[in-house]
Amino acid sequence: MNQLIPLFVAIPLTGAFLDMILGRVIRGFSRYFTPVILLSLASMSIYAAATTGSNPSMYNIGGWEPVQGIPVGICMVMDGFTVLMLCVINIVGFLSSFYSISYIKRFTSDNFYYALFCLMTAGMNGVVLSGDLFNIFVFLEISVISAYALVAFGVEKNELEASFKYQVLGTLASFFILSGIALIYWKTKTLNIADIRQVLKAGYDRSFYVFVELLILSGFGLKAAIIPFHAWLPDAHSSAPSPISAMLSGVLIKAAGIYVIIRLFFNLFEINESMAILITTLGSLSMVIGVFLAIGQWDIKRLLAYHSISQMGYVILSVGIGMLLISRGVKQDIAMLAIAGGLYHLVNHAAFKGLLFLNAGAIEYTLGTRDLKEMGGLAKSMPATSATSFIASMSISGIPPFNGFFSKLIIIVAAIMARFYFLAFLAILVSIITLASFLKFQRYAFYNKEEEKGERGIKEVPFPMVFSMVVMSLLCIILSLLAFPEIRDAVLTPATDILTDPSKYSDLVTGI
Amino acid sequence: MTAYILCFILFLVGLYGVITRRNLIKIAISLSVMEFSIFLLLALIGYTDGGVAPIIDPSDPAKVYVDPLPQAMVLTAIVIGLATTAMLMATIIKLYRKYGTFDIREIKNLKG
Amino acid sequence: MKGMTVIVKKTTQLIAGLVFLYGIYVTIHGHLTPGGGFAGGVIIAGSFILLILAFGSDFLRLTKEEAGSTLYENLAILVVVFLAISGLLTTGRIFFLNWIPKGTPGEIVSAGMLPLYNIFVGIEVASSILTIFLALVIFKEELAE
Repeated sequence: MNQLIPLFVAIPLTGAFLDMILGRVIRGFSRYFTPVILLSLASMSIYAAATTGSNPSMYNIGGWEPVQGIPVGICMVMDGFTVLMLCVINIVGFLSSFYSISYIKRFTSDNFYYALFCLMTAGMNGVVLSGDLFNIFVFLEISVISAYALVAFGVEKNELEASFKYQVLGTLASFFILSGIALIYWKTKTLNIADIRQVLKAGYDRSFYVFVELLILSGFGLKAAIIPFHAWLPDAHSSAPSPISAMLSGVLIKAAGIYVIIRLFFNLFEINESMAILITTLGSLSMVIGVFLAIGQWDIKRLLAYHSISQMGYVILSVGIGMLLISRGVKQDIAMLAIAGGLYHLVNHAAFKGLLFLNAGAIEYTLGTRDLKEMGGLAKSMPATSATSFIASMSISGIPPFNGFFSKLIIIVAAIMARFYFLAFLAILVSIITLASFLKFQRYAFYNKEEEKGERGIKEVPFPMVFSMVVMSLLCIILSLLAFPEIRDAVLTPATDILTDPSKYSDLVTGI
Repeated sequence: MTAYILCFILFLVGLYGVITRRNLIKIAISLSVMEFSIFLLLALIGYTDGGVAPIIDPSDPAKVYVDPLPQAMVLTAIVIGLATTAMLMATIIKLYRKYGTFDIREIKNLKG
Repeated sequence: MKGMTVIVKKTTQLIAGLVFLYGIYVTIHGHLTPGGGFAGGVIIAGSFILLILAFGSDFLRLTKEEAGSTLYENLAILVVVFLAISGLLTTGRIFFLNWIPKGTPGEIVSAGMLPLYNIFVGIEVASSILTIFLALVIFKEELAE
């Protein structure tokens, strides 16, 4: 049993409550302690990624070993897909918490901020590591309740209204998820994901499980902001403080939404053609509607939030194409390529969308406004912000040689090889419209009206914010190396293997 | 079977309350009604015919016990529901202080 | 807010101590009877809330910060996490392991670490609910000004 696994949850939990106690006694303790905790988590996750590879490991909490092949007790599983998500969560979390050393100085109760930040990270680590269905629900609620509080952190009118909308819709989604879990338990009498797969192999009632799958897709789809469940996302992501927007849009909608959908639909339920068609349709709708709603926005953070919906549509579209091909039983290698492209786009989106939100935060920190019509000519006075923003905008639009180009290329090539020509055309069209939208963002924010802005005393943002933005842009450039076959085999292929091979996951849990 | 259908009807009553009421506190109470219906469903699922409370009696080894796992799930879910309701109430009170009203039709500052 | 009438104040003075003792009973017997940490903690918090409601917050002169109950809450959770990690440090090396010797079933000192977990979870839940109640009462004070 791998001893590293429970530390991913125990360390941020301890850190959150130590922040609360020692932050009252020592001034400024929590501001520097939280990035240290997240740096240790990030290095642990890189170490786990280097050693896990193709031999997954698991951990039984409390030492309860399986009895006659049936798992009793809660187990946590670390395989290729999990370790990819862990790296994304902890690295983006470390950079966001380092950025907030200087950003949060204008709020008064920063102890609460850092404690909630650590709790949110602990919850997300727990969701991706858990191998038990109800445990996913508990850790999901921990991370999401911390997110509700963090969205409403600066208590003004807009933040409170956005947080209220997020809370009501998020609580509704949690009830759908809980009723789905209750119905699964009713029929299979067990809660372990691998064990449910074994029970379902023996034959089951199809119409009942269609209802359960729809409930789970609705619940987790609302957490992942898929159309038609996207109504909370523009308000919540634009009203939150900027490092929290980077965490929410870059990590939370993936770890608490899309990760669980992919895990449950590939490793728990049998893949079925009508569900795959539904998921592909929802993905393409998200892609198209998200980008058309984003063109007319003049508020920079609302623009970025609508683009999040569109890019998540790309991931769901490619995963849906993979599911469709697997359910028809043809062209297995194209299905693996599509799923690999989707996971690669997930990792890329965390990097460049986090960077874009941190840039928006830097602009808001110096100018105090979020409206594009009031900005201009920042390229001369804020060189680091404008250079990293240029890199991120080129990444999201899919311009070579940055990372967005390679992941979108893999998705479009997989769609064409599987003969879904209309979906490939939609993907290319959405990419062109995204490019137009970000060219507008760059022009109005950085390259316009250079004459009179220099006299207002605008200078570059403080060092911690610049450091985070520069490191994240370096990540954007390094991630484009993942397209080479050798590196892709080391990183992405273990993830797609454990998802597409039906028996590997369940043999792992019941065999050890 | 009727017990499960009644749980579903209670869920729909709560959902109706969330959608149509315009006082903020009534929305919070309707959310609580919805979550209680799911707790009832979970506790009903663990029932076996003729079972007694699942505390092991060492003198009688052939007793039939009710399934204890859904009861543990309901306890955990009640705690989570408490945290969610407390968070919702705090947000509602702060909203009342900023906007001056409990009516949800007045609170539409964010548009587009 | 103002307190209530004399009858309510006298009855609360008599009963609050018994409610507190009942909460401690439910918490400690968590491994023998239904209840345990969470239910016992709510009952303990209930006895404090009863006193505050009956005597009114003017009597207590509540100020803006409620630092006391927050300190207990964070300390209690830290102790629970350290108890869980202590399973990693002893022989066996498993998180959340029950490593204290379990006695005979039916006694009050038995079942290993379960009474310890119940007590600290009870303290944590009681102080959490008290903090939530105090925060809402202080909101009401600020609204009235």
